[in-house]
Amino acid sequence: MEGGKAEKAMSNKSAGRFKIIDILLLAGVLLPLAAGILIKVLFIPAPEGIEISGAAIFFTIPLPLGGLPITESQVNSWIVIISALFMCLYITHGIRARVRTKRALVAEWIIEKTENLVLSNMGEYFAGFAPFICAMLALSGLSSLSTLIGLYPPTSDLNIVAGWAILVFILITYYKMKCGPIEYLKSFAQPVPLLAPLNVISEVATPISMAFRHYGNVLSGAVISLLLATALRGLSSLVLGGLPGILGDIPLFQVGIPAVLSIYFDIFSGCLQAFIFAMLTMLYVSGAFPIDTYRKRKEKKKIKKEKAKTVNGGN
Amino acid sequence: MLELAIGIILGCCALGAGAAMIAGIGPGIGEGNAVAKACEAIGRQPESIGPVRTTMLMGCAVAETTGLYALVIAILLLTWAPGHLVDVFMSAIG
Repeated sequence: MEGGKAEKAMSNKSAGRFKIIDILLLAGVLLPLAAGILIKVLFIPAPEGIEISGAAIFFTIPLPLGGLPITESQVNSWIVIISALFMCLYITHGIRARVRTKRALVAEWIIEKTENLVLSNMGEYFAGFAPFICAMLALSGLSSLSTLIGLYPPTSDLNIVAGWAILVFILITYYKMKCGPIEYLKSFAQPVPLLAPLNVISEVATPISMAFRHYGNVLSGAVISLLLATALRGLSSLVLGGLPGILGDIPLFQVGIPAVLSIYFDIFSGCLQAFIFAMLTMLYVSGAFPIDTYRKRKEKKKIKKEKAKTVNGGN
Repeated sequence: MLELAIGIILGCCALGAGAAMIAGIGPGIGEGNAVAKACEAIGRQPESIGPVRTTMLMGCAVAETTGLYALVIAILLLTWAPGHLVDVFMSAIG
């Protein structure tokens, strides 16, 4: 009897601690978002009328080569990163083998889906890319979805997306270089050396088009939503403007109609662009790696090594 | 005279932005073709709807790129270019 009681108390205590950590992790998810909204309310003046402006600059850090401006999009992308980190910790908190909880199933589903996606698009050799692709999907998707709570979406700033695209470009170049720099330079002279300049241009165009695609899609959605909201305001003031007093200010058409557009531009387009960015990353990186040449090279090196060994052994 | 010159600059920026968006025709036709073919493929083989949908979305995204280049140029012409061009003009006449 005594033992059972003690055990119960112990399990109660551990359950209490589990819940406390859970609440802390949830606070870690929600607090950065709240802080983002607070920063926006406190430091950024509300625009008057329609205004298509970039990210607001909070302050500039003086550096030898020009100042480094800290903008709204940088702050918001760090907010999204911290929030996503705590989300991951919350989902994986308390996972144990053979105990199936809802969270464990969600985590399993995410891992399984991304691993399948990477395996089917990149092949066995790149199986280790799954966490990177998953992180990219989450960061891009959550950044675009952060418009839903009124934050400035970091993906509608070219600087942020260009950073990701440059990262992908470095990966592509790394995998092209894997067979040696000579092979890499030779690949520009395909199929005829005359086309080398065009090949260089198309190589450079890859990150540019990736960055512009993502940023242009999110930004165009924001611009169109803004234009529609302004047009609806004008329409409702045209229809109801003649009425006296407070009746003239009723936002008749602004209610509901922009939300329909928001479903497409913010939710669907944001998630689709995240998926497309990750997909293009996978296709470019796996397409840049000449796996047959790499294997042949490796085998040749192996044979050479063995030959050298036998020669040395003979001596 | 100065007002006329600045007016011409602003007007031409707006006209240029409008003209740049003519490029939207291309992606429209291209994506329409892609979706039409995808519909045909799904009609022929309904079981392949998953891969067809993924490939179609990828193709649409790539076909959209030219339109987005035009969009970026139009947005630059509307927001950044007028002020910059007027500054250049003012510094040119002193």
